[in-house]
Amino acid sequence: MNALVEFFRPHLMPLIYALIIVAVLPLIAGYIVLLERKIMADMQARLGPMRVGPHGLLQPIADAVKLLIKEDIIPENADRWIFWLAPLLSVTAGMLALAAFPFGPGFQIADLNIGLLFILGISSMGIFGIVLGGWASNSHYSLLGALRSSAQLVSYETAAGMAVVAGLLLAGTLSTRRIVEIQAEQGTWFIFLAPIAFFTYLVASIAETNRAPFDLPEAESELVAGYMTEYSGFRWALYFLAEYTNMVVVASVATTLFLGGWLRPFPNVRSLAFLDYVPPLLMLLLAGYCFYRTPRQPTKVQQAFLVAVGLLCLLLGVVLFLPMLPLTFGGIEAPSLKPAIHGGFWFLFKVLVYMYVFMWLRFTVPRYRFDQLMKLGWHFLIPISIVNVMGISIAVVLYREAGWPRGVALFLTTILTLAVAAYLAVVGGRRESATMGGAEGSA
Amino acid sequence: MSETRAPGFSNVETTVLGADEIILNMGPQHPSTHGVLRVKLKLDGEKVVASECIIGYLHRGVEKIAEHRTYQQFAPYVDRMDYVAAVSNGLGYCEAVEKLMGVEAPLRARVIRTILTELQRIASHLLWLGTHALDIGALTPVFYCFREREEILKIFEKYCGARLTTHAFRIGGLQYEAYDGMEQDVRRFCDDFATKIDEYEQLLTENRIWVGRTKGVGILTAEDAIAIGATGPVIRASGVKWDIRKAMPYAAYDQYQFEIPTGKNGDTYDRYLVRMEEMRQSRLICLQAIENIPSGPIMARIGKVLKPPPGEVYHSIEAPKGELGYYIVSDGTVQPYRVRIRPPSFINLQAFDRMVRGHLVADVVAIIGTLDIVLGEVDR
Repeated sequence: MNALVEFFRPHLMPLIYALIIVAVLPLIAGYIVLLERKIMADMQARLGPMRVGPHGLLQPIADAVKLLIKEDIIPENADRWIFWLAPLLSVTAGMLALAAFPFGPGFQIADLNIGLLFILGISSMGIFGIVLGGWASNSHYSLLGALRSSAQLVSYETAAGMAVVAGLLLAGTLSTRRIVEIQAEQGTWFIFLAPIAFFTYLVASIAETNRAPFDLPEAESELVAGYMTEYSGFRWALYFLAEYTNMVVVASVATTLFLGGWLRPFPNVRSLAFLDYVPPLLMLLLAGYCFYRTPRQPTKVQQAFLVAVGLLCLLLGVVLFLPMLPLTFGGIEAPSLKPAIHGGFWFLFKVLVYMYVFMWLRFTVPRYRFDQLMKLGWHFLIPISIVNVMGISIAVVLYREAGWPRGVALFLTTILTLAVAAYLAVVGGRRESATMGGAEGSA
Repeated sequence: MSETRAPGFSNVETTVLGADEIILNMGPQHPSTHGVLRVKLKLDGEKVVASECIIGYLHRGVEKIAEHRTYQQFAPYVDRMDYVAAVSNGLGYCEAVEKLMGVEAPLRARVIRTILTELQRIASHLLWLGTHALDIGALTPVFYCFREREEILKIFEKYCGARLTTHAFRIGGLQYEAYDGMEQDVRRFCDDFATKIDEYEQLLTENRIWVGRTKGVGILTAEDAIAIGATGPVIRASGVKWDIRKAMPYAAYDQYQFEIPTGKNGDTYDRYLVRMEEMRQSRLICLQAIENIPSGPIMARIGKVLKPPPGEVYHSIEAPKGELGYYIVSDGTVQPYRVRIRPPSFINLQAFDRMVRGHLVADVVAIIGTLDIVLGEVDR
């Protein structure tokens, strides 16, 4: 018996974390959708969901229930098994990738020594779900969507991979946890050391998650819904979940690699210690807003609900405030919990800021055409990211071996890469005006 | 069906499919075929090899209905053709019947007609801009456009009680006087609209992706446009300065100063610029007209029962989408013997096939959008 317990002990916490992630992720994805709709509404001079719960706060739950009780249609000529399997593949790949992220110093399912490699590998498995789904639907729109999707993901994965390599060169490790710790030790986030790598990753990750302006695989106005056209009900919801999980994954990669993971902004600067008070104060502010809005809600139920939301924020605020107090709970000193409690907040905060950029872009710019997308990827992003990787390798050698100041070496790299980017943009512009409207070979 | 195909262009059905080719059926239920247009595309990968428009899903026999209604009774039916520009439809019909009868509406009525028609042009172009941008993937402009269009519809509602299918005019003039405060409403709208339209241009005109998606897409040369009989912004963007408001002035257009914007390349981007400039010009016309509305009667002296003398008449106006013409044959009774309508969308749609060839599927929706068709008008 004891041996059994001993055997399972190291797996206990990861199992709990995994359960938490699997249970909470659909909810988080639902609320990200709500957030997106609210942000969209804000940009478009309207209110967004306001009916289900106060300010539409219960909308995600209503949507989920609606999708679950919808009729489950499998087209007659579809390949039933693959049709059934494809969305599962997408979701599984997305969720598996989340296993390797450190959401806080202690909160990580598995600290793999090949962490980032694992994440990149697994998340690109998600393409199979899309391609197979598009193929199995036996519909032209789905097929075209799947073709676009596979070509797009393969091309932009290269650029994203190169951007990640640039970060890895600076960190010298693949372990996600070590990457964050190294950023803490060096006292800076990698975004300041390799801004171009971050930028290329940002663009490539938008393309990889099929988000506007690169949302061609599901371009509503062209391909109806792309690879998801024939899907409905729960299977459709799975695809949707996979899409938002992938967004969380790419945002988490960027957060871990470039934005210092769970670290508070500028962790080594003493004078910015007041930033530690931001999370609890933010929660208290949110709670205050909820209580302030309560009397204006039309019905008693909505008032009660908003009070509940306010209390929840208050509770979170108190929890986030605890580590700031010199208290002791059963032998554990409260301040020692600070990284664990605040780390989660900062990680989530950065992920959300990253995703906000996604949404902001989506509602601002039109959609690229397929050939333009490929041109941007192959003629611009990939060359820059390769030049950037070479530059950063040289810079790393210069400051590690030759003893140059790190800032100077990396600054020169950035300038060099920017020069190449400018050259590419000029040449690309010329080429574009030479062959106007020509379509390039696709998948 | 055969009219939509220009002679000399092969039919999608009759050409043999190559190994890499598929036939894609877009519509009649599709998010961006603007109603119930059905487009059959022969694709090589994503490249369009051949196309065919199939129409008729919204056919209601408007022209046949006219033969069984009196002249007044038929007026509301024309509102349902181009249902996003009902005022313009009504103007064309009323003026055609007036011409047939040899009467002219009083000046006051014509000025008010001009104001409302130009507002309708702005509203129609706003709807076009929003949906066109939506087709190309810009999600936001459509809401801004509808916000401004709403102001115009409110003016219509205050004037005649209806917002969409207004039946605003009567044969011989107007049924309703301008309501109190109409001048202020129109002026307020025009003042606000000047900055609003700059906002839209900021969102799109210089936007790299927008330019990339529209420049060089769906080029229609001036010769082709003339051969097809295209009118409105479609032909003006190809560089032909043809506008019925200038060429054959009707209503009160001869009294106002305005420019006819034209393009150079005849591509989607030029059509976009032309329509944007047209909205500005319409705004100027409204401002000039509202400055000085003459007093006087609003209805010509015509009887309650309209019996135009036997004969025929063709009258056309510059509707937001192009030349909207009514050909009416009278046999001297209270009902028209035959009404034939020349809808601009229907004629402009002919250009579709030669515009999409060689482009990608993504451009097809851009081209459908840039033609600015309304299926109610195409099918009648």
